[in-house]
Amino acid sequence: MNQITDMEGKACPVIANHIKVALVGQPNVGKSMLINSVSNSHLHVGNFSGVTVDKTEVLFDYKDYHFTVVDLPGTYAFTEYTIEERVTHNYLCAEEYDIIINVVDSTNLEKNLQLTSELFTMSKKLVIALNMSDEADKEGTVIDADYMSELLGVECIKVSAATKLGIEELIDTVIRNYEHDKNEAKLIFSEPVEEEIAQIIWYLDKHKYEAKNSYRNIAINLLKNNKKTYARLHDNPIWTELQPILIEASQHIELHHNSDDIKEAFAEEYAAFNRGVIAEVVKQKKQVEKKTLTEKIDNVLIHPIAGIPIFLFFMWSLFQLTFEVGAVPMEYIDGFFGWFGDTVGATIANDDIRSLVVDGLIAGVGAVVLFVPNIVILFIGIALLESTGYMSRVAFLLDGFFHKFGLHGQSFIPLVTGFGCSIPAYMSARILKNDRDRLLTLFIIGFMSCGARLPVYVLFAGAFFSPEMAGNVLFIIYISGAMLGLVAAKILKLTAFKGADEPFVMEMPKYRLPSVKLIWHTVLTKTMMYLKKAGTFIAAASMLIWFLSNYPHNLTLEEEYGVKIQNAISEEEERSFQNELATNLLEQSYLGTIGKFSEPIFAPLGFDWKMSVALQTGLAAKEVVVSTLGVLYALGDDVDEENNSLINAISKNISFPSAIAFIVVIMIYLPCLAASIVFTREAGGIKYFFYLLFFTSVTAYTMAFIAYNVTKMLV
Amino acid sequence: MKTLLDCKKACRVKVLKLNAAAELKQRLISFGIMKEAEIEVLEHAPRKSTIEIKVGKMRIALRAEEAGLIEVEKI
Repeated sequence: MNQITDMEGKACPVIANHIKVALVGQPNVGKSMLINSVSNSHLHVGNFSGVTVDKTEVLFDYKDYHFTVVDLPGTYAFTEYTIEERVTHNYLCAEEYDIIINVVDSTNLEKNLQLTSELFTMSKKLVIALNMSDEADKEGTVIDADYMSELLGVECIKVSAATKLGIEELIDTVIRNYEHDKNEAKLIFSEPVEEEIAQIIWYLDKHKYEAKNSYRNIAINLLKNNKKTYARLHDNPIWTELQPILIEASQHIELHHNSDDIKEAFAEEYAAFNRGVIAEVVKQKKQVEKKTLTEKIDNVLIHPIAGIPIFLFFMWSLFQLTFEVGAVPMEYIDGFFGWFGDTVGATIANDDIRSLVVDGLIAGVGAVVLFVPNIVILFIGIALLESTGYMSRVAFLLDGFFHKFGLHGQSFIPLVTGFGCSIPAYMSARILKNDRDRLLTLFIIGFMSCGARLPVYVLFAGAFFSPEMAGNVLFIIYISGAMLGLVAAKILKLTAFKGADEPFVMEMPKYRLPSVKLIWHTVLTKTMMYLKKAGTFIAAASMLIWFLSNYPHNLTLEEEYGVKIQNAISEEEERSFQNELATNLLEQSYLGTIGKFSEPIFAPLGFDWKMSVALQTGLAAKEVVVSTLGVLYALGDDVDEENNSLINAISKNISFPSAIAFIVVIMIYLPCLAASIVFTREAGGIKYFFYLLFFTSVTAYTMAFIAYNVTKMLV
Repeated sequence: MKTLLDCKKACRVKVLKLNAAAELKQRLISFGIMKEAEIEVLEHAPRKSTIEIKVGKMRIALRAEEAGLIEVEKI
């Protein structure tokens, strides 16, 4: 997850020199990156639409002013098609702010101006940031910004968020515009539209209608069927006379455009105006018509036959790397925690406290920290996928396939994010416009095994497969999870989420080489979050599990074995008594009682009570599964998956079919507590949580039962 | 009547009419797919389920169903 200064709901400090800026633009024009270079903050930046799903505020000081910049989700036009568009539109219309910065992509000015011309009819001040001007230069596109400012009546500043060009000039311009009165933008329509606008202005003027916005803008908004403007005028007495004028005007314009859709007519008006502006201010240096780099790469990556195998190869390589490279530093981390536990343990005199710190805290946290290298590699892979633009290509390749299973091609983006962590995945499902599609995707995300489940897989793959095979096993686990997800999607689509299919129209962004800084930052933030979780939540959970597995003390049992151990004739017998004592103590502990109680439920899957308990503690966080197994199977020893004693204990105590069934349950059952909370919020109600609980539990149990019995027959 | 779906790879066409319902039409327009716009077909996904087109400088992916709603003529 990204670092977000979410100031929503908090009042801005009321200071005289305070400028609140709304940052608006189409998706993927570099709004968040621009904010980052303006304020040195670190918002999440990706190369596909919908990275900023909620508005984000950034505060900074410049010269004598305090700035609040609100980064709004990208929107192609003033429609309310997707949630992001609704967020942006509502903010611009209803919230308090001083000035809009419209960020446009200089390399694709014509399309970007489409939104700009809609912003012109707002009552707010406006500055245009011609972003990516360094890229435009490279492509031989020369924009005369001064002439453009003059033509539009709105100041246009060339900037580049990447090279930090023009950033100061942009802010200076914002200040200058803030200090002066608003300039009316010059937006000229075709003659029939101008006639109708003039008529409405004349009418409003006649009745001295009071409004913040100019009469011209009100007239345009009325003609465009802008609901909010309508609502405002509807209760006014002049409405009765205005209505017939409007109806006639609309008919006139529609006739002129040979369309029965006034919005389409206006879109064409804007496009015509923008083409005129482009013709005046943009000079394209003659270039030999050659294929752009993006087209060359696309020829390979989205090839009708080779495309999908290439994608699968990338994913396979990622999991191989995760296992192979990730294993290298693990040894050192493991060694460190062993040494650290011993060193700290030696300083604590009290047996109980020492056991709590060494066996509970250090062992539990160590088991989770151990997987940081694997997590880092996985996060780097996902960050690369996000920031290069490849993500949209895969959505393109897979849409046909996904569609068969009732999923939307764009579902791919939250689903891949789900391989890292379910929480951002649930949030990024907002890019899906249709509520049914979104809910369906939310239900499926859990099937994409998140990074926190990786430790469990690594542990079991290591215990039951040779090291050469383990990477492949990981890949198979992830892929079969995804496949199961698709089947589940189909079932849900045919039962719970019936309905018409949503259109698939998606921008394919240019390929970009991600900056090392950006990747580094994204991965660092996510890794720090993982570590933070290890230090707080996992540490607390480890101590709780330690407590539950050590208490209540049974003095009679201890005394009984104390005598037996003292009278033991050989060292071997002494050790076996000690183990027996440990097992007996564990079985009558709180955790043992819970495990024994739930054991019959899990018996058909071949789980003993220890595995049952591990699954239940895993509901808090998946990392806890490993630490629980560690505590239970090797109480008193170092707990981590590379620790041979735990791997040995697992391969000795757990049969192969039970292990397979266990992995299946981990793959499918309810995501961790934090993710469940986010799921409930994104789905829009607690009832969805219970649906998810029911759905995942039944699926997990059934699949594990099948897996257990099939494996038993085969082995 | 020829639609975008009938176009082969690398074919260049001009949009005549959008037969989509109001909401989808708005979506297409906001991507620059509107009357008079020039479109180049770049790539087909396996079994033509999805197509990639170029409008102006922007590349857009469309599902076959949507492409079938866009009436075009060759230029």
